[in-house]
Amino acid sequence: MAEMAANGQAPEVLFWVGCAGSFDERYKAVTQAFVKILNKVGVSFAVLGPEEACTGDPARRAGNEFLFQMQAVANIQVMNAYEVKKVVTACPHCFNTIKNEYPALGGNYEVIHHSQFLQQLINEGKVRLQGGGEFKGKKITFHDSCYLGRANNVYEAPRDVIKALDVELVEMKRCKTKGLCCGAGGAQMFKEPEPGKKDINIERTEEALATGATAIAVGCPFCLTMMTDGVKNKNREADVKVYDLAEMIAKDMGI
Amino acid sequence: MSILQQLVFVLILGAAGYILSKRIHFLRRNILLGKSESRNDQPESRWKTMTLVAFGQKKMFARPIPAFLHLLIYVGFLVINLEVLEFVLDGILGTHRLFAPALGGLYTIAINMFEFLAVAVLVSCVAFLIRRNVMKVERFTKPELKGWPALDANLILVIEIILMFAILTMNATDQILANRGDEHYLALGTLFFSSMLMPIFEGMSDGALVFIERFAWWFHIVGILAFAIYVTYSKHLHIFLAFPNTWYSNLKPKGEMVNMPEVTNEVNMMLGIPVDNPNEPPAEIGRFGAKDVNDLSWINVLNAYSCTECGRCTSECPANITGKKLSPRKIMMDVRDRAEEVGKSLDSGGAGFADGKSLLGDYITKEEINACTSCNACVEACPVNIDPLNIILQLRRYVAMEESGTPAQWNAMFQNMETSFSPWKFSPSDRFNWAEKLKEEEMR
Repeated sequence: MAEMAANGQAPEVLFWVGCAGSFDERYKAVTQAFVKILNKVGVSFAVLGPEEACTGDPARRAGNEFLFQMQAVANIQVMNAYEVKKVVTACPHCFNTIKNEYPALGGNYEVIHHSQFLQQLINEGKVRLQGGGEFKGKKITFHDSCYLGRANNVYEAPRDVIKALDVELVEMKRCKTKGLCCGAGGAQMFKEPEPGKKDINIERTEEALATGATAIAVGCPFCLTMMTDGVKNKNREADVKVYDLAEMIAKDMGI
Repeated sequence: MSILQQLVFVLILGAAGYILSKRIHFLRRNILLGKSESRNDQPESRWKTMTLVAFGQKKMFARPIPAFLHLLIYVGFLVINLEVLEFVLDGILGTHRLFAPALGGLYTIAINMFEFLAVAVLVSCVAFLIRRNVMKVERFTKPELKGWPALDANLILVIEIILMFAILTMNATDQILANRGDEHYLALGTLFFSSMLMPIFEGMSDGALVFIERFAWWFHIVGILAFAIYVTYSKHLHIFLAFPNTWYSNLKPKGEMVNMPEVTNEVNMMLGIPVDNPNEPPAEIGRFGAKDVNDLSWINVLNAYSCTECGRCTSECPANITGKKLSPRKIMMDVRDRAEEVGKSLDSGGAGFADGKSLLGDYITKEEINACTSCNACVEACPVNIDPLNIILQLRRYVAMEESGTPAQWNAMFQNMETSFSPWKFSPSDRFNWAEKLKEEEMR
């Protein structure tokens, strides 16, 4: 972003990578896949790089409003200085926070999730899928992220993206408004679960496996971690894969 | 009816009205123990939400079987109340079936409709008793329902069954007397459901029938007045509060947490951003987050009093499903119980909130609120738009900002965020490292 601004350029959209997208080994692949798609399609975009900080979501949900606002106000200063208008992100938590919570602190942007962005690219014909790729005809189930689904009523965009791959989309018993959380929201990602009889991601993974799907599609870095751990726990990592939507699209595009 | 009976009736009606007004005053005061909050924006959306969700029962139909049974009771309640109007006027004026002469054949149709609904209510209540006590539907067997809440639920159903029986008994004996030519009673033609009860009473003397008919009439109307008072002590309050509660629904995206503007000035100063009135002393901040009911918004407390403990929230809660202590229904019950406790204490000249107890700690534990994934399943599931998550997050704010009592792993996450602007301990300068691989690929 700094480079583009120095050259007097203004990108069409800011790709908000997020902490998981920047640091999590598994999720870096999602960031790379999404960037490959953007490059292939020729979208003019920028990232903040080292100028990006955590949106503050987990701090806020864990109760530390002060720390949240420190992060938020600093991020808003950076984005406003670059006159950012539109933000796309692959993380539903970043999406929710920037879209719904930054306006109260002076950050007003058009914010979309990468599932919506991919859906638009597909609908506009900019992303052309081969349809004969490795997913063709396979059973795929989609796990709704709470911060995309219930929190922001985005249910169809990720499903449209999956369907565009010419796959058999199978729904879990609890889906869409009734979707079961992966167990990571509300800052649970950053601590051990409270005592109970089962971990939430195991409960959810069992439900996903019961559909007979060969791949579990997600649109959230935390869900990706939780579902991947769940599949490992059930010793099914050989025959059931967990993918982010962007990875599936990039694979099908052969990039 | 003799003047004496009329007098007794008016006295009972007056007493019931007096007790009810005292109870309503008590409940209103308790709800307003919460902090003031204005939520009157977008009136059109609010009317629409109330009409669809409360009046139209929209969210109930996520579970069709209980929704259908509940609908029968709900419609029965709304429609049979029209008959109660006649009961009250008859009682005051000393008349019998005041509306019958004017309505003629329509009256018979109306009474048949009321009887149909009475039977429908009766059947539904029996079905609900079976679901609770025989089938033991899981959400009705959770620990927070032990004791009074379970008894309350069964009492409501049994009272409704008895009240419906009173209507049918009254109509059956009334019509036998009318058919025998008692001039006080009007023959209404066939009353489908109560006529089935007639064989039970047909062998009785006129005197016995008059006694039963009068007894059933008094029992029904006094029973309804007593039930109205009972409701104010019960989870059954939802029959009234569902309406204001849905009107005051949160209309924002469910994922949005309420902002704390009182923190923003301080944050701006720390970051060297000019603030509006730097010399103005900071507005008095009572407390960050919520420890007790008076730290919550009055809408949170209204939510608590609107809860009828159906447990749809708890049965959808991922934490509860996997055996954690958290139950969103219990959160709502705790808020209500604490508000009741403080209200009673204030009325008896007691310490009120200064009784050494608090919502957090004495009612709700940290283990419960720490188990929440903020997934909004409870909010989505609630048929009357109650928001337990909002309360949980306010309690967490108190724990984090006033007590520094969050779990150690969260404190570590806070530290990472303070020092390296990420919940994980990575150097901020490494944020762009993911691009290395892409650059390498490009080079090749």
